[in-house]
Amino acid sequence: MSDATHTHASAHVDAAHDGGDAHGHGTRRGYLIGFALSVVLTAIPFWLVMTGVLASATATTAAIVGFAVVQIVVHTVAFLHVNPRSEGGWTLMAYVFTAVLVVIVLAGSLWIMYHLNTNMMPMPGHVEAASGTP
Amino acid sequence: MSHAPTETSAIFGRLSLQSFPIHEPILIVTFAVVVLLGTGILAAVTKYRLWGWLWREWFTSVDHKKIGIMYLILGIIMLLRGFADAIMMRLQQALAFGGSEGYLDAHHYDQVFSAHGTIMIFFVAIPLVAGIINYVLPLQIGARDVAFPFLNNLSFWMTAAGALLVMMSLFIGEFTRAGWLNYVPVSNLQNAPDTGPDYYLWALQIAGIGTTLSGINMVVTVIKMRAPGMTMMKLPIFVWTAFCSNILVTAIFPVLTAAFAMLMLDRYAGFNFFTNDLGGNPMMYWNLVWIWGHPEVYVLILPAFGIYSEITSTFTGKRLFGYSSMVYATVVITILSWLVWLHHFFTMGSGASVNSFFGIATMVISIPTGAKIFNWLFTMYRGRIRYELPMMWVVAFMLTFTVGGMTGVLLAVPPADFVLHNSLFLVAHFHNVIIGGVIFGLFAGIDYWWPKAFGFKLDRFWGKIHFWGWVVGYWVAWTPMYVVGLMGTTRRTRYFEDPELQIWFVIAAIGVAIIAVGIAAFLIQIFVSIRNREQLRDTTGDPWNARTLEWSTSSPPPPYNFAQTPVVHDLDAWYDMKAQHAERPVSGFRPIHMPKNTGTGVILSALALVLGFAMVWYIWWLAIVAAVGLLAVGIGHTFNYDRDYHIPAEEVTALEDTRTRLLAQPAGATA
Repeated sequence: MSDATHTHASAHVDAAHDGGDAHGHGTRRGYLIGFALSVVLTAIPFWLVMTGVLASATATTAAIVGFAVVQIVVHTVAFLHVNPRSEGGWTLMAYVFTAVLVVIVLAGSLWIMYHLNTNMMPMPGHVEAASGTP
Repeated sequence: MSHAPTETSAIFGRLSLQSFPIHEPILIVTFAVVVLLGTGILAAVTKYRLWGWLWREWFTSVDHKKIGIMYLILGIIMLLRGFADAIMMRLQQALAFGGSEGYLDAHHYDQVFSAHGTIMIFFVAIPLVAGIINYVLPLQIGARDVAFPFLNNLSFWMTAAGALLVMMSLFIGEFTRAGWLNYVPVSNLQNAPDTGPDYYLWALQIAGIGTTLSGINMVVTVIKMRAPGMTMMKLPIFVWTAFCSNILVTAIFPVLTAAFAMLMLDRYAGFNFFTNDLGGNPMMYWNLVWIWGHPEVYVLILPAFGIYSEITSTFTGKRLFGYSSMVYATVVITILSWLVWLHHFFTMGSGASVNSFFGIATMVISIPTGAKIFNWLFTMYRGRIRYELPMMWVVAFMLTFTVGGMTGVLLAVPPADFVLHNSLFLVAHFHNVIIGGVIFGLFAGIDYWWPKAFGFKLDRFWGKIHFWGWVVGYWVAWTPMYVVGLMGTTRRTRYFEDPELQIWFVIAAIGVAIIAVGIAAFLIQIFVSIRNREQLRDTTGDPWNARTLEWSTSSPPPPYNFAQTPVVHDLDAWYDMKAQHAERPVSGFRPIHMPKNTGTGVILSALALVLGFAMVWYIWWLAIVAAVGLLAVGIGHTFNYDRDYHIPAEEVTALEDTRTRLLAQPAGATA
């Protein structure tokens, strides 16, 4: 752990700026690769929608979501500099932890709300609201 | 907005003379007492010319130790308010049988139980936990302050502003009647057009900012500010639990903020997130608040586990049994706490598969918790146990909390939950774990670290009355609730038909009276200890022969905590230093770089309070003024470059020389 080499000779003000950790500010090359990948990953979904290459709308949607996920990873690596080395690994760990929690919360909520909607008896008010009557 | 009870005027919004509850004798008396006490305190502060001192040394302080103490004062004051609500409920339920309606009408009773829960969790448990973490954590890792000292001050004052807004609802308008999480559909605009839910939402949004910022601050402090040599697996166990607790805070509070923000949009702007029609879904609100709510109980209990661990190890004179298993158990609980939230609404209709998953996940979480209990037991096994006050709390905790844990596993079985849901059995369960786990831990922590914070121990006699009052009072008050709950008595009920139940509620009321003795003894204990501080004085800085770094410095610690940053070689760093006969440095001090006090936190929080009050009462012009003020002061503060100063080497030397002399005295020679 790189913290072991720290010397906290003075208070927090210095601690925020001391150079013991690799902050990973990135290189020009890294930014350019990231930019190029982002452009490609944005252009392909546009192309899919504009030309309608894929037969079904569901397939197109799935493809767009897939590209979006890859896009997130590209941004994370190229622009946010999340890698196993920066900040002694804390950045990557925080990122993975957040991702796990977001997946748990979204998947769990969808699962629960789906079951609630299918299991609970529709109430009269709901039928009216669904049919658009005020 | 068509349901708004009164007209809104341009100047006062919907605030009018009817907003003041002058027809409620209970509130009038309370108000009179508050005004008398308040005026007395303000007059005393003015008479002894303490305003300047309070402002300079306390309100604007960015010192984590002073902020920690302010958090504790806030928590203890709010404990008295929350406990007053508890007495009112117990009294009402003991009286309202057969022909008697009790002394509270339904409208008032609903506000009392909502306020009790809200205050006890958000403005008692959270500030007390935050206070102890604030005080102890930087000292235990050998740091001079937290990572963001100004943010720390702001966090405290935001929490205080939220607490103040809740207190204002007592005398101006009403508080929510929708339970401690302000449940829809009761809190929807059409069902509650009054100010209650708005007070709740604004108070908790403001306090929530404070809690979230504090969580971020503590996580960064642990990651970035540890003393050299203190690797993660050499962290004191309290720091580990506080670290995981604050990671949870950082992750869950945004969920709560989002849920409350959506409900605000429903109530203020005619949105339909949680309404019953137009596509809204009230169940989504329950889903979101419990995604916050379940990890929240671990936010509170994990630091309490840390406190118990430190105390057990200190007062048995042994290294904690199974340190690494304790760390892993804490981390596992941190993750698992995200997989159980549905058990708060098994009966909402999610069906067998969903209920089984969340039921089993809930039972799994009892495994790491059980492992911790065994770790404490094995630490005590064949140790030389000293039954000082903190250790007494630990034993009471293990006996009380285990029962609460077992009823928790019982409630985790979905079919059993269908019987016990919404009953007093459930209410008894969570009071069992929160009083027996969190509150006992906080009192243990206060008894344990008080000598560190003030330089003298707390009085043992009154401490014992405090202890027995709480422990006996808890069991007398809540065992009857388990019994009637098992028989099917529902929670949040103001009046009971069946006269056979009355005896149980009378016993519970006696229990709350015993707890009242405990709380009174706590206040007397503090008062007596301050009066007898010379007899209780500790000059060594290490009155308990403890093991972690906070005990290596003086009591109370100097503003800079450590004159020279300690270097850590082993777990239980201070015990290691004592065993190696490490020499305390007595010369060669250098100037110490420290953060400077600032009043910005107080000003921002005061503006947030004004904003909240104005929004509750629809006083739009005042809300705009306060919001613009918030922005202006917030941006203005970024141009404040006068943020730090150096404590001169001579001052450090003088302070350290004083300590050297004290250590050389015969009284201190025992260390």
